[in-house]
Amino acid sequence: MGQYTASELWSITAMQSFAGFSLFSVLLLMALGLAIIFGQMGVVNLAHGEFMALGAYTVYLCSQLAHNYAPALIPVYFLFAIVAAFLASAIAGLFVEWSLIRFLYKRPLDTLLATWGLSLIMQQLFRTIFGAREVTPTLPDWLMGSFKPSESIDIPINGVFVMALTLALTGGVWLFMYRSRLGLRMRATVQNRNMSGAVGINTRWVDRLTFALGCGIAGVAGAAFTTIGSTGPDSGSRYIVDTFLVVVFGGTASLLGTIASAFGIAQAQSIFEFFLEGTMGKVAVLMTIVVILMIRPKGLFANKVRS
Amino acid sequence: MLTVSNLQVGYGLSRVIQDVSFTVGNEEILAIMGRNGMGKSTLLKALVGMHPSKSGHIKVDDVELQDAPSFERVRQGIAFVPQGRMIFPYLTVVENMMTGARGEVEQSTFDEIYTLFPVLHEMRKRKGGNLSGGQQQQLAIARALMTNPKVLILDEPTEGIQPSIIKDIARALREIRKMRKISILVTEQVVSFMMDSCDRAIVIERGRFVHEANRADLDADKVKKLLAV
Repeated sequence: MGQYTASELWSITAMQSFAGFSLFSVLLLMALGLAIIFGQMGVVNLAHGEFMALGAYTVYLCSQLAHNYAPALIPVYFLFAIVAAFLASAIAGLFVEWSLIRFLYKRPLDTLLATWGLSLIMQQLFRTIFGAREVTPTLPDWLMGSFKPSESIDIPINGVFVMALTLALTGGVWLFMYRSRLGLRMRATVQNRNMSGAVGINTRWVDRLTFALGCGIAGVAGAAFTTIGSTGPDSGSRYIVDTFLVVVFGGTASLLGTIASAFGIAQAQSIFEFFLEGTMGKVAVLMTIVVILMIRPKGLFANKVRS
Repeated sequence: MLTVSNLQVGYGLSRVIQDVSFTVGNEEILAIMGRNGMGKSTLLKALVGMHPSKSGHIKVDDVELQDAPSFERVRQGIAFVPQGRMIFPYLTVVENMMTGARGEVEQSTFDEIYTLFPVLHEMRKRKGGNLSGGQQQQLAIARALMTNPKVLILDEPTEGIQPSIIKDIARALREIRKMRKISILVTEQVVSFMMDSCDRAIVIERGRFVHEANRADLDADKVKKLLAV
């Protein structure tokens, strides 16, 4: 520490904090959709990463369309592409729930195998359609570059954009789950499927919409990731372990837990990686999570009631 | 109002409900009495659609519901208060009630329910799983009322409830009938509760109806004998 001046230390702290917040946004974006599908519905969806990749490829397609047919739209196409990514992944989710998942409720091991198979099929589809090489959409100028609040601090604009999108999406998911009638029906269905039917809830329709929404959110996450990296057929599988880690560590049925978990993991990883080194930092974070889960097996924010 | 004819219900090859027929008239409170294992809950679950029936007819106002899923039966006017309450433990009291609501809910609906069950107003922000058994029972009835039913079906509402609250529940059923002008079907083992709240009783044994009488004509000793283990 002695080799840094006070000003340099402040800059390092600011940059590391931003790196931590940036990672927090990425982890939270990945985990939000799964917090609904796995956390609320209890479906172990190993193809969740592929729904993110589908969102990313949708942005790439929109970029190509704008580039080839409407160059004037390049500055704004990205905003429409986010909506398209949501719709593409949500519609794919609707189809997958109807054709596969609905037969597997309450059969977690079968779901695990089936969704793993689905992830391989989707990866092969991406490979066949878009090729094995990674692709990158043309980003509008306003998403490029960085701004400098001081001489030694450099904040990338795409990082700020991902943070803002994460904030908006988290707020939207919270409003949906805790302030909408469909969110209430979804929470009721998760707690007691038979009784939900007996109070007039069409549980099959709720399942379908919930799964589609979770997939749609994954699509938006994929769209956001195109601003910070390229997309390949197996991009989704790179995210899936971290995504489950965030949801399980937070407590599967808690949105607040997912947020706290993503924040904790991101900040810990950022700090450990600065003081140790990349791999050792990750190992330290995983060890901490294992110890905490041994003490609190249901995660950070487990719901508790009398009966 | 509710007409059940030649209903047969079972699990696998065993027949639990054997060819039963009955009607619950307009604004009538009918009790089905029976010992444990005689088929009371199975009968009600079949009426609500939580368990499939093998044959027969279930009609509300001449609308056939035998093959309809649970949610469709609720929309046609059947509401269910199950044995053990089955409230949603992680939802608040208000949220539990709202699960049964369709469309916009007027404040007067809440006022009516809070008049019936004042404790639910006090506890409205508390999670359902943190209420006592008696409070959960009141919540389960309130949730069913939010569906605006034509027929309210209750499965052993006094099970595990302290005696003072049993009287409250009997009084509430009579109040509900008066306020909403609906029919009520209730299964019970407690004869005093039945005598307090019902117009007519049917005794079920091994899936068949073996005795039926209006409250005024009911031989309480005979019913007690039929209910004795």
